[in-house]
Amino acid sequence: MSFFIRHNLIGRALLLWSFVLTAAFIYTQPAHAEYGDVVINNYSDKAGMRPVVFPHWFHRVRFTCKVCHADLGFKFKAGGNDIDMVKIIDGQFCGACHDGKIAWSVNSCNLCHSGKPGTPTQVHESTLQELVAPAKSAPTVAPAVAK
Amino acid sequence: MNYLSKLMCFTLLSALLNAPAVIAAPAPQPAKGTPAATTAPGSQTQPAAVIPQAISFNRLMRAPTRRHMPPLEDGLRDPANAETALLQPPLDVYASLPRFPSDLGNGVAWVKAVNEGKIKPRWDRLDPAAEPMIMDMSVVRVPKGTMPDVVFPHKEHTQWLDCSNCHPDIFIPQKGANQISMAAIILGQKCGVCHGKVAFPVSECRLCHSQARQDTAAAATPAKAKGGAKP
Repeated sequence: MSFFIRHNLIGRALLLWSFVLTAAFIYTQPAHAEYGDVVINNYSDKAGMRPVVFPHWFHRVRFTCKVCHADLGFKFKAGGNDIDMVKIIDGQFCGACHDGKIAWSVNSCNLCHSGKPGTPTQVHESTLQELVAPAKSAPTVAPAVAK
Repeated sequence: MNYLSKLMCFTLLSALLNAPAVIAAPAPQPAKGTPAATTAPGSQTQPAAVIPQAISFNRLMRAPTRRHMPPLEDGLRDPANAETALLQPPLDVYASLPRFPSDLGNGVAWVKAVNEGKIKPRWDRLDPAAEPMIMDMSVVRVPKGTMPDVVFPHKEHTQWLDCSNCHPDIFIPQKGANQISMAAIILGQKCGVCHGKVAFPVSECRLCHSQARQDTAAAATPAKAKGGAKP
C-alpha cells in the first residue's frame, strides 16, 4: 500500500514536472528581433528615454547602404556615431531624412525610441554578439554604460 | 490504487510524448516555401513563417527559434510602448522577396531582390532616379587552408555601396596589401564590418568561398593548369 502511495506521489511530481518542462519549452524560446537591428543607447537611458532600435532591413529596402554610410557619414559601428537630438534636429545623421518630409519627424519620439529600457548598444544577432561576447546582448537591470 | 497509479503513468507518458510533437508541430507548415501570407499591418499576430534549423558549424550559436517576429514580440522593443505596434513587421516585406533556404541572417537574398526588381532602394536620398555606379570586376583570393577560393564581386557590392565605404579605410585598393582572416571577420573587421552584422553572415560559407581551388586542380593535372596567384 505504501509503495503505491509513494509511486503515486512520484508519478504526480513527474507529471507536474513534465507540464513545467513543456510549458518552459513552448513559452521561453527566445524571440529574435531582426538580424542587423541596431540598438543605440549612448544617451537614451541616462536621459530617461527608451533606447533607439534602428532596423537595418526596413531602411535597406528603401535606401542603399551608400546613402547613410557615405553621404550622411554614418560609421560602420553601433554606438560609434555620436548622435544626439540636437544634431538630428539640425539635419545631421537621422535628421537628414527624419524631417517630416522623407520620413517621420522628431515629433514621433517613440517610433524610434522603442527599445526595452536598459538594452545595451549592440548589433542584434551579429557574430560579435553571438560568438565573441554572447553575454552582452541581454537587457540589464541597471542602464548599461554607453561606449 | 493500482489503477490510479497506472493512469498517472499513462498520463505522464502521453504528456512526455506529446511535448516534442507540440514543439515540432508548427515546423512543417512553413516548409512549403513562401512565407505565409501576411496579415494587415495593424495586427501583430502573424506567425514566424520560417523553419527553425540548428546551426551545425558552431554549437555556441543559438539555433534560430522564433524568427522575424513583429515588433511587439521581437524581444528587443518595449511592448509597453504604444508606438511599437505601429512599426512594420518584417514579414510584411519579406513575403515578396527572394530568400536563402538556410534563413541565416535576415534570410533575404538582398542582391537577388534588387536584380529581380523586387525592391528599388534609392541611390540618392532625394533623387529616386539616381543610379549606382556599377563596377564589374571580381577579385579572387586564395585562402590558406583547404576552403575553396573566395570570389569577391565588385558588381554586387557597388550596387549598394560607394567606393569610399571600403577604400581605403577597410581595404587598401592594392593587390596583396590586405591581410584577411576568418578570425578578423568574426571580430567585425575587414569583410566582417558588414558580413555578420547586416550582410549575409559568415555561416553562409559557400557564398564567398565559391570557386574550386586552382592550386589543387594544378596539383592534380600539373601539365595543364597554372597555380592561382596570391592576391
